[in-house]
Amino acid sequence: MAEVEAAGSGTETGGGSESGNATGSGSGWRRPHGPLQRYYGPSAAEAAEATPDPADINGPHFDPEVFLTKVRSECRLGELLSREATLGREIRALDSDMQTLLYENYNKFISATDTIRKMKVDFRRMEAEMDDLASNMAAISASSARVSAALQDRHRRGAQLAALTALLTPPPGVQALLRKLQSLVEVPGRLRRWAAPGADPARALHCYARARAVLRHYRHLPSFRAIEDESHSIMAELAQRLRARLRDDTLDPKELTECVEMLLQLEEPPEELCEEFLSQAGARLEAELAALEAELPPSDPSGTASTPPPASDILDFVDRGSSAFVSNLCLLAASYRSLFEGRPGSGDGRLEAFASTLTTRYFELLERRLALERGLGDTSLLVRALDRFHRRLRALLELLPAAGAEAGAALVARAARERVARYLRALQTFFLGCLGDVRQALAAPRPPGKDGPGLPDLLATLSSSVLGQLKAVLAYVQLFTARDVAFASLPYFKGEFCVEAVREGLVVAFVRWLCRTARGFADSPAERGAPAAPPALLLLLARLCLDYEATTISYILTLTDEQFPPEDTGPAVTPGPALCAEARGAAQRLLDHYVQVQGAAVAQMLRKSVETRDWLGTVEPRNVRAVMKRVVEDITAIDVQVGQLFEEGVRRAQSSDSSRRAFSVYSSSRAPGRYAPSYTPSAPMDTHLLSNIQKLFSERIDIFSPVEFNKVSVLTGIIKISLKTLLECVRLRTLGRFGLQQVQVDGHYLQLYLWRFAADERVVQGLLDEVAASAAHRCLDPVPMEHSVVELICERG
Amino acid sequence: MEDDAPVIYGLEFQARALTPQTAETDAIRFLVGTQSLRYDNQIHIIDFDDENNIINKNVLLHQVGEIWHISASPADKGVLATCYNKTSDGKVVTCAAVWRMPKELESGSHESPDDSSSNTQTLELLCHLDNTAHGNMACVMWEPMGDGKKIISLADNNILLWDLQESSTKAVLSSSSALEGKGQLRFTSGRWSPHHNCTQIATANDTTVRGWDTRSMRQIYSIENAHGQLVRDLDFNPNKQYYLASCGDDCKVKFWDTRNVTEPVKTLEEHSHWVWNVRYNHSHDQLILTGSSDSRVILSNMVSISSEPFGHMVDDDELSDQEEQHQEEKIKEPLQDSVIATYEEHEDSVYAVEWSSADPWLFASLSYDGRLVINRVPRALKYHILL
Repeated sequence: MAEVEAAGSGTETGGGSESGNATGSGSGWRRPHGPLQRYYGPSAAEAAEATPDPADINGPHFDPEVFLTKVRSECRLGELLSREATLGREIRALDSDMQTLLYENYNKFISATDTIRKMKVDFRRMEAEMDDLASNMAAISASSARVSAALQDRHRRGAQLAALTALLTPPPGVQALLRKLQSLVEVPGRLRRWAAPGADPARALHCYARARAVLRHYRHLPSFRAIEDESHSIMAELAQRLRARLRDDTLDPKELTECVEMLLQLEEPPEELCEEFLSQAGARLEAELAALEAELPPSDPSGTASTPPPASDILDFVDRGSSAFVSNLCLLAASYRSLFEGRPGSGDGRLEAFASTLTTRYFELLERRLALERGLGDTSLLVRALDRFHRRLRALLELLPAAGAEAGAALVARAARERVARYLRALQTFFLGCLGDVRQALAAPRPPGKDGPGLPDLLATLSSSVLGQLKAVLAYVQLFTARDVAFASLPYFKGEFCVEAVREGLVVAFVRWLCRTARGFADSPAERGAPAAPPALLLLLARLCLDYEATTISYILTLTDEQFPPEDTGPAVTPGPALCAEARGAAQRLLDHYVQVQGAAVAQMLRKSVETRDWLGTVEPRNVRAVMKRVVEDITAIDVQVGQLFEEGVRRAQSSDSSRRAFSVYSSSRAPGRYAPSYTPSAPMDTHLLSNIQKLFSERIDIFSPVEFNKVSVLTGIIKISLKTLLECVRLRTLGRFGLQQVQVDGHYLQLYLWRFAADERVVQGLLDEVAASAAHRCLDPVPMEHSVVELICERG
Repeated sequence: MEDDAPVIYGLEFQARALTPQTAETDAIRFLVGTQSLRYDNQIHIIDFDDENNIINKNVLLHQVGEIWHISASPADKGVLATCYNKTSDGKVVTCAAVWRMPKELESGSHESPDDSSSNTQTLELLCHLDNTAHGNMACVMWEPMGDGKKIISLADNNILLWDLQESSTKAVLSSSSALEGKGQLRFTSGRWSPHHNCTQIATANDTTVRGWDTRSMRQIYSIENAHGQLVRDLDFNPNKQYYLASCGDDCKVKFWDTRNVTEPVKTLEEHSHWVWNVRYNHSHDQLILTGSSDSRVILSNMVSISSEPFGHMVDDDELSDQEEQHQEEKIKEPLQDSVIATYEEHEDSVYAVEWSSADPWLFASLSYDGRLVINRVPRALKYHILL
């Protein structure tokens, strides 16, 4: 029937499409019926009601003659013509409509014929199939009868056996066999019981595994086969349940392993299982990582935002990381190995790829956590944390050699390096802090009569605290290479870390920085902005650098080399002498600067005193000018200051009367003479030749020249600067008689008190002589004071 | 090639004032003023005969007082200005005056075989720069490249611009400006810039260098704390209009770009005592001459900030092949800023150094003991610069 309908609908749609083609559109399909219906349809009803109008061209009583006459009589020619055209058109339309209808009817008729023919054929085939069905049904009933007979037979046999067992005490062998049979029969029941949800699937599996071999062996016996089939279906159900369970999130690793193990026993495809296993375990591990990550503040690529200190310390973090993540990963790897060993499609590559992505993430997290260790915190804690991390990692690596051993070691090394760098910064900060303290101590107002802490004390404090700090830092850093720390045996920590990170990166870098910083006090353009360092600080730092050069550097380096023995083949290290040279350079620069600063201070005082005085109109000197006393006081103070830190130095042997030597003034009783052959002959000899002759025999004095590291040299430098200034200033003035005498007195006074500070009193003497000679030159009325009077005044003053 | 030995000339008196005879461009001639409180002071006209390495001198008497500063007119060889000390009533006043030397000495050195004392002549006073209202004269500057009619003098804290009229016999104060500030301000030295149509001067007082516009007499820039201590002298780079050198008591010579005065362009620290004088070579501004009270004169080569940082420019078409090769060699070894020579002929403080106005390779230095030393730029360097 269906075929018939299908055929019918097929023709219909075929017809539809044809007519559609003929009329062009669906709406056009209905239109041609309009006039025809009107023509045929209501004719009966209309005939009864309407008055016959023979002129109605559509009416039933149409009479062409009447119509024609009517038209001819009523209409004009134009109307006639148009009427004719209209009529013609209508006639053509009617003709075509009729043709269409005819064609359609014909088509339908043909298709109906076809359908009927087809139906006939189909019914014939159906009859044959029905016959087949009937014979099959007969076969089925026959086999069902056979089955039930067999079952009856088995039940009967079972019952017989039971009865036999009950009645007889059969021989032991038979009894065992019987028991086995019994248990075999009981298998499906047991299985059902144990495999039920919440029961003991392991026992079910165990039982199944024992029974399976037997059942498979005897499966040609229908009864065994039935048992096997039943157990199979039970086990399939169990497998389904187990699989569902596998996807459960709440499984712990042990359960997971068990579950997979059972599934494997159920001979599920291992590849699929291994996939499932890894993804399930992966999810767990991911969750653990996420828990670790939750402790970390959101990663901040710029690293500038201040993050609050982490809630737990690093050891705690690593502990948790290793106890949760690393041990689970180990467990996972171990169970994976034991589960899938030797099974196809589950090679180690898979596990390793899986593990290495996870460990990479774990390393990242740890790195971020380490980055949070901003402060110095407790290094032993860090070392312990790193050690634990490293140990755990090693355990993992034994299982999975490709899980990122290098990355782990690099991470540890990086953390250690970072910590060392931090220590360097801390040392620098510490040193600056110490310097700040020293500056404060130097600047602090001293109660009268009570000296503040002396420079040696300050130096000792500074030096020892810095050294102490350095030692402490070394001790901390040594934790990284302690014997009980596992990662200390890495080649990096044995060689490179000792040399590059600690010796070069920490010790040498610190010493270098210290020298540079100290030098900065001398080099910075103090005259333009920035308050200059107090001279005492310069002196202190000079001494510090000198001490470093002499002993401290070699001590520190020896200490470092002892604690961090460098390898023979290791990279080249900065030799101690190079560092010492740097320190010495800094010390020299600082001391020179000290001399310049102090010299300039004294010189400024002298310059002002000479420039502001009226030397022409001054009265006869009665006293040494106050400024000279001040100069001597200042230089004495400087002497004390320098003496606190520097050795006395060598003084040239003095003539016994040196301190009492007369302050020589230009005298006119000088032998005229020409001394330089290159001189162009010139006018009569003048006075200043004397000083030239004197100079011929004395060495040239460099005023601002490097000084040696002793008190005498420093003082000589300062005195030279001061006296040279005095000389130059006097030369710019014009003096009266008393002005000259005042200079004489002042000069003698300086001579009296300054000679003992200078390395070579002849330097002082020479400069003061020049001052006197210049003053005499610049004097309008050069009458020197009696020497005894000068002495008297000076002694009184 | 052996360099010529320095030529030394000794004056009888102490001396600080030295100037080349600016208007003279053929003969090498320097003027030296002496400082003596008890004898008549002199102006020595030193003629240097380059070929024979001989010095000829003429002495003019300058009886009004010891000379602290001397400068020669850039237009008239015979005219010069001095600042001198006059002692009266127990006071010392520094005055300035314009003088004319006798005609026959202007450009001729007819060496007198007799003793110099026999034919000393006297300067003819042209006019005084009246400073009764302004204080002590520190220095007198002539308008560079001018016609010798305009001079500026620094008196204590005043800058005085004078017009010389009636063939320099009358000095009319045309404008002036005073530096006001805390304390007693005093100019120590000044220089008139040859750039900007000669409308700028620079002055030094204490540690500050100031620039002034001579038209408005207003300050145009100021380098505070140019030196750690007193600034002693200044000079303008003759070829680079914004470059200025200064020296002072901190033993340093500093080079400034006056458009940016926060930091010096360069600093030289070669002297071991105050630097009293710094002079650019008139033609090759990389050559810097400094004199110091450590009795040394130092000639430095500051190529990097000179107007010829890559050596002497030679037009391409002038180069023959050989020269081109030479040029390439020079490019291979770029010149470094360096000290060319330290001259140690002096035994007392050197207070003045000056380049000759006639020979750009020759300079004179004067130390307090009256020793004048004439030196030349080493030949090797001279050829290096020229070729």
